[in-house]
Amino acid sequence: MAEQPLLKISNLTKRFGGLAAVNDVSVTFEAGKINAIIGPNGAGKTTFFNLVAGAMPPSDGTIEFQGMDVTGMSPDRIARLGIARTFQTTMLFEQSTVLDNLIVGHRLRTQSRLWDVIINSKRLRDEEKKCRARAAEVLDFVGLSHLANRFILDISQEERKRVAFALAMATDPELVLLDEPAGGINPEETENLASLIRKMVRHGISVCLIEHKMDMIMSLADKIMVLDHGEKIAEGTPEQIKNDPVVIEAYLGSDEDVEA
Amino acid sequence: MDRVLNFLASPAMKIVLLAAGILFPLVASSEYQIYVMALAFIWAIAVYGLNIITGYCGQLNLAHGGFFAIGAYAVGLLTVDYGWAFWPAFIAAGVIGAVLGFLVGIVSLRLKEHYFAIFTLCVGFIIYLLIEKWEELTHGTLGVISIAPPEGFGLVDFTETIPFYYLVLFFLVLAIWLISRISRSLVGRTFLAIRISDDLAQSLGINLMRNKVLAFVLSTTYAGLAGALLAGVVRFIGPDLAEITHTFDVITYLLVGGIGTLMGPLVGTLLITWITQAVQSFEEYRMIVFGPLLVVLVIFMPRGIVGTFLTWRGRRLASKAPAKQSASRVENKNSEEAGTHG
Amino acid sequence: MDVFLQQALNGLTLGSIYGLVALGLTLVYGILHVPNFAHGALYMVGAYVSYFIMVEHGLNYWVAMAGAGVVVAVLSVLCERLVFHPLRHAPPIHDKIAAIGILLFLEAVVQMHWGADFRRMPTPYTEIFHFGSLTLPAQRLLIIVGAFSLMGALHLYLKKTMTGSTIIAMAQNREGAFLVGIDANRVAMMTFAIAGFLAAVGATLFAPINLVYPAMGHLVIMKAFVIIILGGMGSIPGAIVGGLIIGFAEALGGYYLSGTYKDLIAFVLLVAILSIKPTGLFTKGVR
Repeated sequence: MAEQPLLKISNLTKRFGGLAAVNDVSVTFEAGKINAIIGPNGAGKTTFFNLVAGAMPPSDGTIEFQGMDVTGMSPDRIARLGIARTFQTTMLFEQSTVLDNLIVGHRLRTQSRLWDVIINSKRLRDEEKKCRARAAEVLDFVGLSHLANRFILDISQEERKRVAFALAMATDPELVLLDEPAGGINPEETENLASLIRKMVRHGISVCLIEHKMDMIMSLADKIMVLDHGEKIAEGTPEQIKNDPVVIEAYLGSDEDVEA
Repeated sequence: MDRVLNFLASPAMKIVLLAAGILFPLVASSEYQIYVMALAFIWAIAVYGLNIITGYCGQLNLAHGGFFAIGAYAVGLLTVDYGWAFWPAFIAAGVIGAVLGFLVGIVSLRLKEHYFAIFTLCVGFIIYLLIEKWEELTHGTLGVISIAPPEGFGLVDFTETIPFYYLVLFFLVLAIWLISRISRSLVGRTFLAIRISDDLAQSLGINLMRNKVLAFVLSTTYAGLAGALLAGVVRFIGPDLAEITHTFDVITYLLVGGIGTLMGPLVGTLLITWITQAVQSFEEYRMIVFGPLLVVLVIFMPRGIVGTFLTWRGRRLASKAPAKQSASRVENKNSEEAGTHG
Repeated sequence: MDVFLQQALNGLTLGSIYGLVALGLTLVYGILHVPNFAHGALYMVGAYVSYFIMVEHGLNYWVAMAGAGVVVAVLSVLCERLVFHPLRHAPPIHDKIAAIGILLFLEAVVQMHWGADFRRMPTPYTEIFHFGSLTLPAQRLLIIVGAFSLMGALHLYLKKTMTGSTIIAMAQNREGAFLVGIDANRVAMMTFAIAGFLAAVGATLFAPINLVYPAMGHLVIMKAFVIIILGGMGSIPGAIVGGLIIGFAEALGGYYLSGTYKDLIAFVLLVAILSIKPTGLFTKGVR
């Protein structure tokens, strides 16, 4: 029996009014791999992520995660099942320290309620310790332990991206969706971020990312899916995608440069 | 310099504040001052309530004054029209605040940002209209007079100013204690994640509705109990208590002191109360100053006095910390004040 | 039947004023995504400026209306420049609180100068027209005709002029409009000016059959919010239709159901709508 795919998407469609932002996309992503989604602006990439993460219900089609149908499930349930994500704009609490920002990341693996807080129960104390430990661990993983005590206000854009990765990691995910992780940072930092993504995969976390930086994608991805106007126009290895005439056509039709 | 800063943010400071609260009646120059302070404490409790939903959870609730009035009316009507004693009515006020908060919450908290603010603005107005017009229940514009004071069971007389002052101080300390517990716990961190963004919170596996409703119910319970205390001391209430102005007052206190901080509500409420007292006849026209103050604050100092202080101090500490510091060593330092960061 | 028609006529009067105020609110929301809680205070200031010009200085009603329109338009633009513009990137809660700050300030200033008393503003048009058994005071006729002429003029402005069409473009897609090089500042200022003008004219039309007092904007602004939620935040036809719906509902509901609670009707309607559909009626799809 073949190994079950991590994520199996069938005929996924999302319509806004009459417009299909994602149209009849079917694709499977394997565990332990780096999967990339590319496409011109407005191709429906972020909408695709939103659908997988449950942030919006699809108009049609199904999403299976580890063999379980998660179509239409609320985003918090999907997160608890093991899909974490980062956003295009990093959202963190500016007037607080890096470590303080990360502690809530493990909240979904805890049970404490208001009553535990009022009586300061053992469960709460244990769980807070666990969350704190997990926060320190993921911070170490992304290589920012030395900034634990810094305010988000005072760290660089690339460091913020790493904190956002760490926050996603703190949820103990099987799969992480990264939306333009290298947006707004310089080439050298991009390379560092790419090696962090490889490190995540080495530690058993599967990755799915949206990215515009082609050289990064081509060297990083195991598999690439290309979206254009909401439809899947190609999928395959970086080598196959680079030489696919349909992809080149789509990119030449827009202003973006596949060789960028 | 750093020693002063550290002291201001330390637990010892809280003990100093508590001592000041206990000693205040001894140094106050008149009973009137003690009375004003007790009223300020009551409003501070209401501001703490607003801070939970608006400060920690990030949802601008414009019905807060309405829930405060509901608490006051619960005590007023139950003691005057139904012959209840104060304390059962006080508890009922908290329960009514919680139940109504739950009902309003499950409808309104499905709405995002602007819609929630507009919806609660309308809820606040509905509460006002009902209190003013539903004469059979609320006595309409006549208001409720001779409300029962809290019973002292022969031990103390809460119609006296000083015992009542200590009673209110007790509830204020209790209110702050609970909030400090919540704000630095996982529950409080959950609220904070929602404030950053609904999407982020959900991506971290947080159930938005459950947590928002919890924060809202906590805040309306605080408002209800604060209103109940007010009814017990002024013993006369009218529909003007539900006017939107009171919600705006409470927002001003919160913003001046520091939205989303632990000591902000107390600092803001006391500061503005005493400034208003100090400037004769300022009461009526206070909004000429407070209105622009709100605007200036959100533009230049959105975290208020306490928030600005904490951010400044925190960054100062971080910049002085050794470059290489392990996360585990940082941990102990942070646990002390995690709550005040929010 | 006559009673019904009479109430419908009253509803039309109310609805046209609500529509004017809601139009300004919805335009501002469409451009800046700010729910301008201070809009009701601008309406109130408009009534006082008219009162000041007409009653205290004995000038003509129309001069008063034009004066109020200009003064409040300038005031509205000042709010945009000094408050909302600096806050355009702030967290969503900030602009709402700032709007409340403006509202508090304007009310306090008016109250300091004129006191909290209710004032009556006379109308130069006191005739009463009769149509069969229907009666229509001239001022009400003026309200209906005036409001709809203004809406017509606004429609022409938005459709036929360059600035007007950029306002529409920006309301529909802020980022897109920015990309094609629209001067966003100018459009925002223009929108605030129009919103202020409409509010002041609406107030001047309505004042003679109502009263002038510092808190007169509260109910109006809340109803205007109900209207634009009903009609879709940012939608221009929605504001007009929504205004009429609320106007009729109040006039008819106030007569047939309960006069005491007629002000509740709009809010109960809002609670009902949002309970069923959390994004409001007639909203377009996300983004």
